Amino acid sequence: MTIDVLERNPKAETRLTVIDCDIHPTMGSLSDLNPWLSKRWQQHIVTYGELVRQGLAKTLSHPRMQPAVSRADAWPPNGGLPGSHLPFMQEQHLDPNGVAFGVLQPLRPNGNSQRNLEFGAALSAALNEWQLEHWTGRDKRLKGSIAVTQEWPEAAIKEIERHAGNPDFIQISLPPRSDEPLGRRRYWPIYRAAVEHGLPIGLHVSGVNGHTSTASGSPSFYIEEHHNNVQSMQGLVTSLVLEGVFEEFPSLEVVLIEGGFGWVPALSWRLDRHWAKMRDEVPHVKRPPSEYIREHIWYTTQPIEEPENPADLIHLFDWIGWDRLLFSTDYPHWDFDDPHTVFKVKLTDAQKRQLFSENAARLYGLG
Amino acid sequence: MTRHVVATVGEIAPGSSKLVTVKGRDIAIFNVGGSYFAFFDRCPHAGGSLCRGSIVRPADVTEPGTYKLAADRLMLRCPWHGWQFDLHTGEAWCDPTTLKARNYPAMVESGAQLTKGPYVAETFPVSVDHDYVLIEI
Repeated sequence: MTIDVLERNPKAETRLTVIDCDIHPTMGSLSDLNPWLSKRWQQHIVTYGELVRQGLAKTLSHPRMQPAVSRADAWPPNGGLPGSHLPFMQEQHLDPNGVAFGVLQPLRPNGNSQRNLEFGAALSAALNEWQLEHWTGRDKRLKGSIAVTQEWPEAAIKEIERHAGNPDFIQISLPPRSDEPLGRRRYWPIYRAAVEHGLPIGLHVSGVNGHTSTASGSPSFYIEEHHNNVQSMQGLVTSLVLEGVFEEFPSLEVVLIEGGFGWVPALSWRLDRHWAKMRDEVPHVKRPPSEYIREHIWYTTQPIEEPENPADLIHLFDWIGWDRLLFSTDYPHWDFDDPHTVFKVKLTDAQKRQLFSENAARLYGLG
Repeated sequence: MTRHVVATVGEIAPGSSKLVTVKGRDIAIFNVGGSYFAFFDRCPHAGGSLCRGSIVRPADVTEPGTYKLAADRLMLRCPWHGWQFDLHTGEAWCDPTTLKARNYPAMVESGAQLTKGPYVAETFPVSVDHDYVLIEI
């Protein structure tokens, strides 16, 4: 019998520089956005609330593993939701884990999932101001994601233009489950704006836009829904490649956040094989799909794949490309990855630097 | 193995825990209904602080929809990913052959007994009037 007992003390280890590509700031209630909402929308929230396309608008589609989807130790001692109190986030995560930069992924409200597009655009705009006021303006390590309403590209572009050039924002946030697959032309104006302003598109698992997370209906369990995020990611990657998005926008950069990465080699191999036989159907896809995937897409690491033989991770990284992986914690969520224990396989110092900070620094222009 | 005094009885309320440092090691002490348990404070899965974990009673499931709380077992549940470890043995519920939370014997002694020896409280002032929680490392 082998017994592994982890006895490493992070304080005693060589300090890593960490860029955490997935941190969730939260707000107490929608009224926190009032300073940036017109009277009309403030009243709209009181009278009608949000109208997202699922049965229970105020909760998530499936009961979660832990209250507030969060680590049991992440509730601020002074009250409030996990992720709502910057000093506690600094004390519990940013400072002890050596976070040089943290990329904010505010998940609620979902401006991008509202049926009322004007309301969605107003929520997105307010959420962006809230990021600046409460987070990036108070801790220079934190960087925001520009929330936009992708089903109304004109409004999305206005929002991008409002913040492009502000170093406090480093990417544009879209939901992986949009009204149509993300490669469709209706979304291209957003990609054009992203390329023009040199901003990557960040796709964090989220979005309740009327589609279930599987193509064959609603999952029964949280464990099932949690895993099916992978299916959404595979679908959108396939759509982006086969619709020709990367031919049209050769400098577009896409980051898949919290959607895993173990599936990437298999999808690439399979797409290449199909493309070899059926490329005449998609003549605008001029190169093997794997090449677009390899050049245009990055993956955050959390929740990390944990193969039975930890060394198998090395094969995965070799296949995907070491320069494509971005460390993330998902703080304060329950499936948080700790930078000191996340990779259960021996990595060289150069590999660690790449995964923990250099790849993200290069992609996002940080450092 | 040396015994170390880590708390007075009464200092850790039933159902709560205390983090102590012994020989440079962070140790979580739990009072579970008047019995004391000591664990190294890092979850063997990913390093979460077990001191912030909860004590839970596992459910035995005989078929879908039918379950019964186990009368004979309690588990320590990590605050991060919810890994559970047997309160008495430290064995992981999901992976008992390879993962184990390190635990230490914990016991209660009276101050009178302690001052008599042969055990000496190293850093914790002991009074004959109190009872103390000790762990053995």
